[in-house]
Amino acid sequence: MSELADRPERAVVGLAVSHESAEEHVTGTALYTQDLAGRTLGTLHAWPVQAPYAHARVTGLRTEAAYQVPGVVRVLTADDVPGLNDAGEKHDEPLFPGEVMYHGHAVCWVLGETLEAARQGAAAVEASYEPLPALITVHDAIKAGSYQGHQRTVSRGDAAAALERAAYRFSGELEIGGQEHFYLETQAALALVDESGQIFVQSSTQHPSETQDIVAHVLGLPAHQVTVQCLRMGGGFGGKEFQPHGLAAVAALGATLTGRPVSLRLNRTQDITMTGKRHPFFATWEAGFDEDKRLCALRATLTSNGGWSLDLSEPVLARALCHIDNAYWIGDIEVTGRVAKTNRASNTAFRGFGGPQGMIVVEEILGRCAPALGVEPHELRRRNFYAPGQVTPYGQPVRHAERLEAIWSLLAERSEFGRRQAEVAAFNAAHPDVKRGLAITPVKFGISFNLTAFNQAGALVQVYKDGSVLINHGGTEMGQGLHTKMIQVAATALGVPMHLVRLAPTRTDKVPNTSATAASSGSDLNGGAIKDACDQIRVRLATVAAGQLGVHPGDVRFAGGMITGIGIGLGSGLGGRQIAWADLVRDAYFQRVQLWAAGFYRTAGLHWDAERMQGEPFKYFAYGAAAAEAEVDGFTGAYRLRRADIVHDVGDSLSPLIDLGQIEGGFVQGVGWLTLEELRWEETDGPHRGRLNTQAASTYKIPSFSEMPPVFNVHLFEQATETGVVYGSKAVGEPPLMEAFSVREALRQAVGAFGPPGWSVSLACPSTPEAVYWAVQAARDAARAGEQADAPAAYAGV
Amino acid sequence: MAEPRLVVNGRTRELGEVGGHVTLLEWLRASGLTGAKEGCAEGECGACAVLVAREDGGERNRTRWVAINACLVLAAAFDQQEVVTAEGLGRPGRLHPVQREMAARGGSQCGYCTPGFICSMAAEYYRPGRRPAAFGPNGPGASGGPNGSSPGDEEHGPNGFDLHALSGNLCRCTGYRPIRDAAYALGQPDADDPLLARLAEPAPAAAVTVTGGTSGSARGRYVRLASLADALGLLAAEPDARLVAGSTDWGVELNIRHARAALTIGIERIQELREFSVSADRIDIGAALSLSEIEALLASGSGRVPLLDELFPQFASRLIRNGATLGGNLGTASPIGDAPPALLALDASLVLASSQGEREVRLDGYFTGYRQSVKRPDELIKTIRIPRPVAPVTAFHKIAKRRFDDISSVAVAYALRLDGGMGGAGQADETGEPRVAAIRIGLGGVAATPLRARAAEDALTGRPWTREVVEAAAEELARVGTPMSDHRASEAYRIAMLRNSLLKFFAQHQFAQHQFAQDQFAEHQFAEHREVRP
Repeated sequence: MSELADRPERAVVGLAVSHESAEEHVTGTALYTQDLAGRTLGTLHAWPVQAPYAHARVTGLRTEAAYQVPGVVRVLTADDVPGLNDAGEKHDEPLFPGEVMYHGHAVCWVLGETLEAARQGAAAVEASYEPLPALITVHDAIKAGSYQGHQRTVSRGDAAAALERAAYRFSGELEIGGQEHFYLETQAALALVDESGQIFVQSSTQHPSETQDIVAHVLGLPAHQVTVQCLRMGGGFGGKEFQPHGLAAVAALGATLTGRPVSLRLNRTQDITMTGKRHPFFATWEAGFDEDKRLCALRATLTSNGGWSLDLSEPVLARALCHIDNAYWIGDIEVTGRVAKTNRASNTAFRGFGGPQGMIVVEEILGRCAPALGVEPHELRRRNFYAPGQVTPYGQPVRHAERLEAIWSLLAERSEFGRRQAEVAAFNAAHPDVKRGLAITPVKFGISFNLTAFNQAGALVQVYKDGSVLINHGGTEMGQGLHTKMIQVAATALGVPMHLVRLAPTRTDKVPNTSATAASSGSDLNGGAIKDACDQIRVRLATVAAGQLGVHPGDVRFAGGMITGIGIGLGSGLGGRQIAWADLVRDAYFQRVQLWAAGFYRTAGLHWDAERMQGEPFKYFAYGAAAAEAEVDGFTGAYRLRRADIVHDVGDSLSPLIDLGQIEGGFVQGVGWLTLEELRWEETDGPHRGRLNTQAASTYKIPSFSEMPPVFNVHLFEQATETGVVYGSKAVGEPPLMEAFSVREALRQAVGAFGPPGWSVSLACPSTPEAVYWAVQAARDAARAGEQADAPAAYAGV
Repeated sequence: MAEPRLVVNGRTRELGEVGGHVTLLEWLRASGLTGAKEGCAEGECGACAVLVAREDGGERNRTRWVAINACLVLAAAFDQQEVVTAEGLGRPGRLHPVQREMAARGGSQCGYCTPGFICSMAAEYYRPGRRPAAFGPNGPGASGGPNGSSPGDEEHGPNGFDLHALSGNLCRCTGYRPIRDAAYALGQPDADDPLLARLAEPAPAAAVTVTGGTSGSARGRYVRLASLADALGLLAAEPDARLVAGSTDWGVELNIRHARAALTIGIERIQELREFSVSADRIDIGAALSLSEIEALLASGSGRVPLLDELFPQFASRLIRNGATLGGNLGTASPIGDAPPALLALDASLVLASSQGEREVRLDGYFTGYRQSVKRPDELIKTIRIPRPVAPVTAFHKIAKRRFDDISSVAVAYALRLDGGMGGAGQADETGEPRVAAIRIGLGGVAATPLRARAAEDALTGRPWTREVVEAAAEELARVGTPMSDHRASEAYRIAMLRNSLLKFFAQHQFAQHQFAQDQFAEHQFAEHREVRP
């Protein structure tokens, strides 16, 4: 498939261009789903009745009083559902529940002429409940044996025997916090019955086809009766991969019952209390190192908190299990995963999709064990890298493993790692109350959906008689720059300037049966499909051009809006014959040549046995590494990120400015997850049990300017062509998030500097200032007591 | 009384009978201007930021473009006012300089927060006095921590852009670096820029506004009267009325808790509440001046208050400070407001006014319980009075998860006067150590009200300023109040922070005296790092 990766001369891909909607963004003219409500005459607004229990039976739902509120038009309940009362694909997620499964679960929806009327109507609904016992934490669920879905194990060799043989053995536990997506645009849908009687839903969704499927099954309609469009999203991050469907279905149900457009937009409080988040995980591990301090054995159990329904918890868990190795060869390994069922909103996809929760376990192990092993953490990490030819625990060869070492060396050089290590040591020696840490961590991340079937995409490319080009594809735009890249791909494939290419919003009636824009795969899949469509058109046009130019069709070249033959360019002795794009298109039309094409792409070579957890689920791996320096205030535990350097492998970048933004943004989002963002649930047995106590921007803090590293250098790894991917590029959406591990490890090292030599730092996650403070206290106490290195282990080396 | 209307993006629009419940954001969006977005509805994310023409605190016959959270303020409060949104700054193909830099540098990804960033950035772009000179280690952003940590000068650009102007805007996509670079790349406005020209004219006057019809209307009444006497008269007649100035607290009540007031009285433009004066023995600050205005007035005049200089950058965000007032922060009597600890340390008092007259109460006798005070329903806070001279050694320690725009889990303010040594006028005692002549410690977040740490003050007053004395006093500080465990912090952490705060204050003071050289070394190191920035 090398043809897919080849770039023509004067390619438009590779140019650093701004986001295709940048001018609309900055002028406030870019439209989002909710902006359409004000443009749609007669729109009704929806408001949920949210249950105040984490677990309860709904014993009564009296709606009469709601109808007394002026402006209330309709109350939607389970009885109104003509089709299947389920917001998901697994029949475990009733859209209108008879049993409340989490605090804030919507039991019915009120439609009003205004949002205020709907809100007052919802307040007037008399709902009664019979409270039931609720499981909130993963430990509640473990104790109760409450699990859902499949338990899976990735294994190779004999982990138990290898642990017995290991020269050094350690064990530990790690609580890994969840993360709220906090897309700035909350969930939104606008549904109406259009002039032809079809259901038309505008939805802020990463997965329009699945939104369509679920709207259709709730309404009891075939899919061809429902069209879903996504203009753009104000951020997705995985939070709009599965969560939008039920909300779109409620809006669509309201539209069919009232005959009026229905707008459903969650406000921030509703969004944060009703929608799923990154899965919190609880990990237990045992690790063995050989005489050379190589990680030779790992046995671990990962338990994720899935919330009340499965949603995407199984594939998230699968990716966690497939990423616990991160960049490291572990010969004997046995990692088991399971999904706890609790009374919380159903946790879901979030950038990295379980990968981060798996990878953090091995980074925790290396960060904690390095002091006990007497090896510098950066040295321990490097020593354990995959070598070319080695295979992952699930059986996939680690192609391009040599890039780990190449990236690492380049980063060490660019970040002046050695010099700054010495500076940090000198600083720490001179400052009793403030300490710095400098850490470097790698990333290896598998690209493709674990589930092979999802690795397909479609596109529709239409060339009009005037030469202008309109493209549609199955991917959605959430800020990641997918549409920008797709315009560049189309312009490259057709050899036209970018301004001739327009991209129309994602719609299920243009390109059907699409996959979610997720798993970082948007550009790989949709780019492949767009290129396929463009190639078909270009081949047809080449035939037309060949006749005019007097060359073989295979020798016709398209670039910059001009068509020439090989060897007859402008400067040649053959008179510089060339044809303008618009002229060729017009001629082709009159010759009755088809000027549009549907494109299709399927990622070749993938296979996956989900039960055995073996196969080659990934097309390739994305690599990167980050070096971060942090400073910790011993009085408070407050810290500042001083500098971050990243070297990241995006293959040959399709769009460098876009990729840079993905790397920087992913990194800071990862820093937020690991250090700042803390979801706190009411875990007491009081009346608010199960309530999310951090349900607003004032209590759930995402990174601000104060978390941006003041010195922030990102370098794209060069000469990194990825054969077999569109124009030699690589996916970029998720992998950089995990480069933020460097920050947590830098904090760990800064905290360690408060302790005695060889002190192994136990650091809670997220590592908030309070968490860091307690770790500093533990380190200082140990220093005072003159303790030696305390291994993170129930039992030490043999 | 003129017809209720306002000028948006240069065009006059009828405000309509908006009543007292409709926010400016709702009004703008209903008018088809969907550039401003709702992201959080509580003034935390800034997606709703717009520019408003406000009186320039320094020169009152001139105007300043001020960015505020449109989600928090009532539309009715903008009767006869001028508002500019992202749509009004430029359009595709004809971008404003701020928009151009943001678009070209990758400052937008999903774009949802972008119009708000544009407005915050434009306000700073037009800020009179934004000069490249502000850059550098001695600029206003500089704040050396203990042991030379925390250099602050990365928060000012070479063009004088103060990054704190964007502290109330959240972006989930970019990681902020391109937004910072866009901000730091801005030049000065062109001479013929109409928004620049507007600054030379007076700001729109406050309108007398009555909207929402008679009492009992579902829309709620909103009333703004011409004078303090008129407002107090109305308040005496209807003491249940909601007084609103910056609306940064009331807006949250309205949006998040769905509170509705039958009558809202707008007081932020009443001249008697906007006075500012500095005399030999006190500073009087009008209760309805915004914190940004106070910041500018204190900086421009003779009445510098270093403790407030330290407080303001830590107080919420620029967007909030552009609306929030001291009157509001004290009027709510919240135990976690950031102004009360500082004002307690400064020994401030309040002038309370009603139709019956005025009275002065000391702040340390003002709070009576959780969100309760000695202020009667018919009274409002007119003036905050700070005695002079202010203590020479001060600090404001805010413990929070996030450095920009967070709510304190614990806040501690210090105002210290030493005899002998750097901090005082007198001579050191026979031991050579300076002695604590007076200290006031104000606390927030550790009890149902803000309070003074009197036992710790007593443990220090009259004693030598030494580590041993400070450590003993820190134990007293750790016993103050009734700290709780909640989603912000645990009880144990709050107690530890009380104790450590005094130790840190001592260390900071020692550092300022003895380790200046190291500070310079750290600044030097930092400057080196800057040079490798791309």
